[in-house]
Amino acid sequence: MGTKDREGFLKLFMVYALLICIGFIYLYPILHMVSTSFMTLDDLLDSSIKWLPSSLNLSNYKQAAASMKFWSSLGQSIIIAGVPTICNLISCSIIGYGLARFNFRGHNICMGIIILSFVLPSQVTMIPTYVLYSKLGILNTIWAFILPSMVGQGINAPIFILIFWQFFRQIPKVLIEASKIDGAGYFESFYKVALPSAKPAFITVALFSFVWYWNESYLTNLYVRGIAGQGMTSLVLQLQNFASNYSTYSSTAVSGATSLNESINMAGTMLTVLPLMLLYFVLQKQFVESIDRAGITGE
Amino acid sequence: MEETKKMTRKDKKEIRNRLKHLRSGKLEKRDARKGYIFMIPWFIGAAVFMAYPLGASLWYSLNNIRNTPQGLVYTFQKFGNFTQILLSDPDFLVQLVDYITSTILSVPIIVVFALIIAMMLNMKIKGKGFFRLIFFLPVIIVSGPILGMLTEEGAGSVSAIDMNAITSAISGVLPSMLADPISDLFNNMITTLWYSGVQILIFLSGLQKIDKSMYEAAKIDGGSGWECFWKITLPNIKSLILLNVVYTVIFISSNSTNPIIGLIQTSMVSGTKEKGYGYAAAMAWLYTVVVLLIVGLFALLLMTRKGAYEKQVKRAKKAQKREARDRKKIERRNVRNAKRIERQRAQGKITSRTTSREDY
Repeated sequence: MGTKDREGFLKLFMVYALLICIGFIYLYPILHMVSTSFMTLDDLLDSSIKWLPSSLNLSNYKQAAASMKFWSSLGQSIIIAGVPTICNLISCSIIGYGLARFNFRGHNICMGIIILSFVLPSQVTMIPTYVLYSKLGILNTIWAFILPSMVGQGINAPIFILIFWQFFRQIPKVLIEASKIDGAGYFESFYKVALPSAKPAFITVALFSFVWYWNESYLTNLYVRGIAGQGMTSLVLQLQNFASNYSTYSSTAVSGATSLNESINMAGTMLTVLPLMLLYFVLQKQFVESIDRAGITGE
Repeated sequence: MEETKKMTRKDKKEIRNRLKHLRSGKLEKRDARKGYIFMIPWFIGAAVFMAYPLGASLWYSLNNIRNTPQGLVYTFQKFGNFTQILLSDPDFLVQLVDYITSTILSVPIIVVFALIIAMMLNMKIKGKGFFRLIFFLPVIIVSGPILGMLTEEGAGSVSAIDMNAITSAISGVLPSMLADPISDLFNNMITTLWYSGVQILIFLSGLQKIDKSMYEAAKIDGGSGWECFWKITLPNIKSLILLNVVYTVIFISSNSTNPIIGLIQTSMVSGTKEKGYGYAAAMAWLYTVVVLLIVGLFALLLMTRKGAYEKQVKRAKKAQKREARDRKKIERRNVRNAKRIERQRAQGKITSRTTSREDY
């Protein structure tokens, strides 16, 4: 009896030790970022200070926020991530329902194309799309993100369509047939029976879509902000051009700004990460359990 | 012959006619056709934002395109762009080889790491939610500029571990073609591991769906934890491994820290005579082919490998067959020998004792 218990204890201990170690390694960059972002220049140069800054110094944040135009970029980021997310929810749920509920001719071909379009890198369609947007006159506007997401072609839309497909497939057909007998049409049975039961799928898609649009820098830079920087901008893009932003800020600042250093860089990164982190900690349960409930893993 | 063939054909027709009533009726067909209404957005989207750009990009890649004030000017030049990229663009090829080696090296690491973490989280431990929270956190942070900033400031690797020693040890042993990507991997260990957030969750939810009674049965039969892993866990999540591998490859290849897609963008907007939209489109196509090849390679590797269980079943069946064959052989030989002995005894050549000794 004793040996078996001890063995279990040892194993459990090992698992905890490993998890804590790896968890620390995982969090290391974030901890590093947080601690560095509060340091003054003296702290940075002082080799005896590694983790804890000598004082809670907020000037880095003030300077970084001012150079990034934090509040206006935050608002634009929310629009850039939020509006396409809503469009994604509407279009992908309709498409997913169409695929899951109806067995029309060419159904399998559609599925194949959707899966293939997930594997295809976006770079291959990028250039003609760019030309198309400029012809339509929606380049450097938010419409360059809204329009594709309205028809199920937004960023990572194949994944969202598959999530909805997987979810709607699990709804018993009897339920929909019953609603049909009660006199509901195709659309009524969609939004009165299928949609209310698909809440977990909606939460998953909304979260992931928001995060992925928020973090997208390449396509946002190309389509929405514009190469010359005339359109909308987002926090992530402001961070990408942090050095040049900061130099323009510091040259125009009234009260002398310090030159760019590690702490200010980290404070800027922190400001970029912060909104999503807050969202994550508020909605942690939905985030962590989302994949589980949306049933990506099949059957 | 002719008639039977005709008969069968007629039969088939009749059967088909009869089945018509049994198969999906008009109502069901009409019902299925309503699916097109729901699919209309996708059809539009696929045509405008996928099929058209794909075709156009293929056409672009065969042209040299100049962006003039009058609009785009196309000059057809067959595979000129491709040959130019492959023969005289040093950057692209170098980056592409770098990309291929680093992807092939880091994808297994990410997926195996995700599997290990998922298995640990699947155990009965306290604070599961807390650990899950930590391991999923990177998903919301992983974006090009943030990662770039973190690695720039040296937060991409743990400074406590002396990376220089590891890198120098690696480069001493391996040729530089392999050593560089591997030491790169060590230098960006954390950011590499950060890519595994979604994969951990996918594995975790797959592991939770495995029937616990299978493990209990295996334990009763004396299976160790190691054997349980290879013979129960792995075959059960095989499809998830493939899913995660594909997801990881796609994620790495569309991540904006990837230098190749930066290269495609810079050559797209560059104003030089030979570069431009056509050149960039050709690059994008080459890149796409490489990505698809990598995905295909991993898929092939994972799909052809049979599970441990199937392998054992096959081996056991083979052994059974061989045994049966041997048994039959012996039986036949015995019959033959018996007949011969009978004949010889009939001729009175040998006594029974000697034969028995000879037989042995």
